[in-house]
Amino acid sequence: MSLDLLTAVTVFVLGLLVGFEVISKVPSTLHTPLMSGANAIHGIVLIGAMLITAAARDTVGYALAFAAVAFGAMNVVGGYAVTDRMLQMFKARLSGAPEGVNSHGER
Amino acid sequence: MASVETAMRYVLLGAAACFVLGLHLMNHPARARRGNQLSAAGMTAAVLAAVVLLVSEGAITTTGWIVFVTAAAVGATAGLYTARRVQMTAMPQLVSLFNAVGGGAAALLAVTDLLHPGAAALPARVTVPAGLDIIIGAVTFSGSLIAAGKLQGVVASRPVVFRGGRAANLALALVFGGSAAWVVARPDSPVALAALVLAALAFGVTMVLPIGGADMPVVISMLNAFTGTAVAMGGFVLGEPSLIVAGALVGASGGILTKLMADAMNRSIPNIILGGFGTGDETPAVGAAGGGQVRAVAADDVALQLAYAGRVIVVPGYGLAAAQAQHELAELGNVLEAHGITVEYAIHPVAGRMPGHMNVLLAEAKVPYPQLKEMDEINPEFPQADVALVVGANDVTNPAARRRGNPISGMPILDVDRAKSIVVIKRSMGHGYAGIDNELYTDPKTGMLFTDAKQGLAALLAAVRTFVA
Repeated sequence: MSLDLLTAVTVFVLGLLVGFEVISKVPSTLHTPLMSGANAIHGIVLIGAMLITAAARDTVGYALAFAAVAFGAMNVVGGYAVTDRMLQMFKARLSGAPEGVNSHGER
Repeated sequence: MASVETAMRYVLLGAAACFVLGLHLMNHPARARRGNQLSAAGMTAAVLAAVVLLVSEGAITTTGWIVFVTAAAVGATAGLYTARRVQMTAMPQLVSLFNAVGGGAAALLAVTDLLHPGAAALPARVTVPAGLDIIIGAVTFSGSLIAAGKLQGVVASRPVVFRGGRAANLALALVFGGSAAWVVARPDSPVALAALVLAALAFGVTMVLPIGGADMPVVISMLNAFTGTAVAMGGFVLGEPSLIVAGALVGASGGILTKLMADAMNRSIPNIILGGFGTGDETPAVGAAGGGQVRAVAADDVALQLAYAGRVIVVPGYGLAAAQAQHELAELGNVLEAHGITVEYAIHPVAGRMPGHMNVLLAEAKVPYPQLKEMDEINPEFPQADVALVVGANDVTNPAARRRGNPISGMPILDVDRAKSIVVIKRSMGHGYAGIDNELYTDPKTGMLFTDAKQGLAALLAAVRTFVA
């Protein structure tokens, strides 16, 4: 697969700008899940690891591919799983509490 | 074949869109979980598309498939197991570990590319990003492992400073800079590649070792940004736009968080990396506050004060999590709420060991998220609070930050001193990381409840229950 340098740099710069725009709107309450969620996104490195597995032809190549795939898979699966586990803990109200008992301004 | 590849390109584009939309949905706690699921769905589609493409092209050898399937199973199982089992207080370690594996995998992409038989003919547009990928990826790999070790307590969390440490750092930087240039000039030289990898790995260790535990929120954010950048560089090497987009998104996220954390700690990023003032993890328990009387109070008095308050703002700090007392605190909040008292939690950006950590700890203790308030949101509310209850937070409540001429001058703080009355639960008059007296403790409005956070909150809870029963 080929991608000329200018296109690659364009994609990179636009990606950075979109990232800044979207992420600066995330409230600090969610910064930990944001970071672990972003962590899971860089697990896309797994696709790169698959491409190097495809190109591997000798023992060293296979060994490096094994490490890269294992790292990538751990990153992607663990990252999404733990982010989901954290986010499901964020509840708007106490579970089981009768409506209106803990009344706040902005429910 | 070409049509399968085109289809895969579109799937990958869709995945990148899912990542962006998923991050966008994270702008509110009510939508955040859906955002993460959307992102995960995009990722699943991308991986499946890559599998389909490789199968249809017959590109992977049988051995390759065995390697891939075993490695993926091992990695996924390890990831899932740790994600399910990890304690919320240990989240910073886990994120560091995922940074390490992500950075390591990214570096391996470039290493493999340079080990190929045709590496000698690689153009600079591949070798330059490959060199950067290896440097950033390897530094992130070893640096994140050290950071995780410090957070876990396996590696000393105090700043480990040794003679000539900075000179060693500089020398290592010169070695990896030089070997990167060598790799670009001679992409097929295994010696250059080995020197590059080893120097970058060593630099990661010597960079993070001298940084104290209290600065970890900044370090983790920075290593997160590094991993993103390394993955993007891997995308340049392989000519894979999805890696570039995802890497850029993570780089931006890590960059923003690094800046926010450094600002909230009143530190500059170079100052943290080069080592600054007392960044140790141990709070020195010596030294009483100079000047001004300290008023010690008993748990029963505090409970009475809380029971008759209309509005209470709780200020939790890392000491709370260290004492594992967040459940007692949440329970106390619930009892007060049930009694008709408004309870809110004022969360400073650096409360915890990573950005936003305290919010997760309180969410786990079942504190409803509308009660979790950011610093800018809660600061104007303190004058209306009958009681501000400070548990395990120190420097971030010190009014001295508003004056010039002390180590925390200019640091953003919670305006706790503006509450009608203040209660601080603390074991002793010990100093915070900045090593200075907290003027809040000698404020006439402040009562000090000298006890451990967990015991103190349990005592308060019991006493409040007798008053509101």
